[in-house]
Amino acid sequence: MIDTHNPDDFTGNTQLKMSPFFERTSQLNQSQEWRRWGGYLSATQYDLHHDNEYFAIRTKAGLLDISPLYKYRIKGPDAQLFLDRLVTRNIKICKVGQVMYTPWCDEKGKVIDDGTIQRLNEHNFRLTSAEPNLAWLMDNSIGMDLDISDDSLDTAALALQGPNSRHILNSISSKSLDSLKFFRLMETDLQGIHVTISRTGYTGDLGYEIWVNSSHSIELWDLFMKAGKSFGIAPVGLYALDIARIEAALILLDVDYISSRHALIEDRKSSPFELGLDWTVKMNGGNFIGKKALAKEKKSTNNWKLRGIEVKWEPLEKLFKNVGLPPALPHTAWRTSTPLYHNNRQVGYATSGCWSPILKSYIALAHIKTDYAETNSQLDFEIKVEHYRRLTPATVVETPFFNPERKMSCPI
Amino acid sequence: MSNLSKYDVIVIGGGHNGLTAAAYLARAGKKVLVLERRYVLGGAAVTEEVFPGFKFSVCSYVVSLLKSNVIRELMLPKFGLEILPLESTFTPLDSNYLFRTSDGDETYKEIYRHSPRDAETYMRFGPLMGQIGMAVRPILETVAPNAIRPSISDLISLKKLLSHVRGLTDQHFEYLCKLMTMSSADFLDEWFDFEPLKATMSASGIIGTFMGPRSPGSAYIMLHHYMGDIDGSFRAWGFQRGGTGELSMSIARSAQHFGADIMTEAAVEKVIIKHGKAEGVALENGNEYQADIVISGLDPKLTFLKLVDEKELPSDLIQDIRNFRIRGSSGKVNLALDGLPNFTSFPGDGPHLRGAISISPDYDHLEKAYDDAKYGNFSKEPYMDIILPSVLDPDMAPPGKHVMSCFVQYAPYNIKGGWNDSKREAFGDAVINTLSRFAPNIKDIILHRQVLTPKDLETTFGLTEGNIFHGELSLQQLFSLRPAVKWADYTTPIRNYYQCGSGTHPGGGVTGSPGEMAAKKILKKWS
Repeated sequence: MIDTHNPDDFTGNTQLKMSPFFERTSQLNQSQEWRRWGGYLSATQYDLHHDNEYFAIRTKAGLLDISPLYKYRIKGPDAQLFLDRLVTRNIKICKVGQVMYTPWCDEKGKVIDDGTIQRLNEHNFRLTSAEPNLAWLMDNSIGMDLDISDDSLDTAALALQGPNSRHILNSISSKSLDSLKFFRLMETDLQGIHVTISRTGYTGDLGYEIWVNSSHSIELWDLFMKAGKSFGIAPVGLYALDIARIEAALILLDVDYISSRHALIEDRKSSPFELGLDWTVKMNGGNFIGKKALAKEKKSTNNWKLRGIEVKWEPLEKLFKNVGLPPALPHTAWRTSTPLYHNNRQVGYATSGCWSPILKSYIALAHIKTDYAETNSQLDFEIKVEHYRRLTPATVVETPFFNPERKMSCPI
Repeated sequence: MSNLSKYDVIVIGGGHNGLTAAAYLARAGKKVLVLERRYVLGGAAVTEEVFPGFKFSVCSYVVSLLKSNVIRELMLPKFGLEILPLESTFTPLDSNYLFRTSDGDETYKEIYRHSPRDAETYMRFGPLMGQIGMAVRPILETVAPNAIRPSISDLISLKKLLSHVRGLTDQHFEYLCKLMTMSSADFLDEWFDFEPLKATMSASGIIGTFMGPRSPGSAYIMLHHYMGDIDGSFRAWGFQRGGTGELSMSIARSAQHFGADIMTEAAVEKVIIKHGKAEGVALENGNEYQADIVISGLDPKLTFLKLVDEKELPSDLIQDIRNFRIRGSSGKVNLALDGLPNFTSFPGDGPHLRGAISISPDYDHLEKAYDDAKYGNFSKEPYMDIILPSVLDPDMAPPGKHVMSCFVQYAPYNIKGGWNDSKREAFGDAVINTLSRFAPNIKDIILHRQVLTPKDLETTFGLTEGNIFHGELSLQQLFSLRPAVKWADYTTPIRNYYQCGSGTHPGGGVTGSPGEMAAKKILKKWS
């Protein structure tokens, strides 16, 4: 708050890519803390602490620059057929204006990546992914009548997430968003800027993602910040997002699972069933990459389940009380593999966890051996108390941990 | 007219402690009825749309002390508890300011600007107060033992507390003794130089109390405010989304989830007592409800001197309760604003509007404000603790508009000539004039104002003499002496009649603690 420098003098150099919104986000980022995301500089937090950003997502509206996502356009008469073969979801039933979340697998049924497919019209789709997939798409479309293009640079994207997100969009959109359902999309004008809006996001809250031609990025950012002011809009970085996505039990590549493409050993790979994505696998639909292996896996029992766990408070409090401390809670989400035990035998590991400020509980996503993965199973979670490893009880619970009604409801 | 349905427990008063007691008892399977006089639940922890579109946490306006086990055990997050962080304290001065945030580095630099020595001392002070707060918490979390005629369980808990106190380091014990006896100004003088810093910190020692920063005893109240934590971090304050009333509503929803019945606009006239035993309550409207146990969440004056006949009580208790100090010292001014206040020393919008704003430029400002009250006047230039809820939660006001909550001290209950409409407005004017010294645009942006005097707090919210803590948090009214010796364990001389309001141990603030501990005491008896 003290002017010890002139902000205009503050310049930096980076070899990383800058998002089309960087001109704005770099000015707003008070902490100047950044993380790499897909080769881009991406804000971890705009304030010195991420608390307000987290609560913007959960109680007001948070604006996130999600341009680093990989975006591909798949157009042509065979586009539907191609995607149907590529991913585990049934793309035949994906209507124009619908969005589907889906993983895609290798021939052995192990997950390569996950993302969303938007059906913009009959023969025109947008696929988003966490990692580059152009070669994989090309290799698997040989002989098909379609055109695949990498749209990542031309399309910028913002996520507007939180209970007030609809109010903000309605205040600037030429068409009302009141009837736009969960995982549907629409085209509209936001005060003259043509955009595609999908009712999707990575927070498990009411929220939208806005897809726009990169040339309109700054204009769109300014429009949101202005229109959102009286609705409590705040730019949100990756720290707050990470907590929100864990509460929503949405998995993250390279954190909660490893792409089969760069897993060094077989054990590091996961099938959709092992990631809790059973619902995305169309065993009764058409053929797709990995189907045979998955059909086989389905008949036998899976070794692993991805579940939510809740670390119990009282025993945790006691462990810290024994050394004279209040419970040390993780104020940012952690991403270190943490062992889970049953009767002193390791039966799993948690991959990401956080203290949930809205649920007031300590939650984590964990890979657990199937025999111990039932809801209400009691496990022991490893925690460090003053440098000493201790075990503290945790319960397997249903996910999403946080699932507000507004996420899927419509005013009309 | 009599109602035949019989309850296990009737709770008088739907304030946050009454609701907490009700929720715990319902959770244990008891058939519970809560009776609230007003149309709305929450008592002094209430949200009301005072002007169309403008919602106010009419009385209690910030949250920190609510116990984390109450939050968990009553599953309050599931029922609407959402606490937004309130991370800074801004003290505007005439041509400068002091702005402390939750970020250590930033606050260090800011205090350094005024006093390098204080900046460093401040980094030691917070952890120390946190440690002492942690050391004192077990005392707050124990049912206060009967100091005159202790039972065996009283002796056991006393022994536990004694060994706990013995476990404190010499340094902690020394500071604890100082905090229990000194004035907040004297205590802080031992640490800091920069007057606005000391004055602002000392202010938490006078809130809700008829004392100035130089009155002995005020240091303890400062400590009382240090004992709150949010998500494990001490001294963190927050704002409940939708106002403090939503916090009460989350407790009410929890109570209902566990099966409690809650009735509003159901003012209790008397507790029905037969042969020294409470058997139910009679409402002002003539209805009667029967119950095995009756709990009063009201303050000790109402619990003992209004809800029951004095003839039912021993005369020493009546004397104690009459002597119980419950002098109201504060008022509340709630403003509906057309825009944001513009502070001369820190112009425009900014992070300083997202936290508390403290009008406490120096000790003299606070002490003079107290002097006015000592002699029966409201402060001409009062101390204020201000927040702008709509900045944190835009739903509190229409788009682009704002609400401002000003906790104001001092406004004595016993004002010369008594409170009336013109005095109330004059008090409101004093608040606005003081505010406009630091934010001159305030007068131009006020759309509506609500001024609450201690008299209004008494009439509307049933706080005797307008005391926000149901009785001052002075040493002679704490622990085994709250509200009276022998009756600090939530019981009363009347069988099956209990108390659970802020007038019982561990006292005021939105803690849920008296409600929780009273309910647990009752359940222990039942099992």
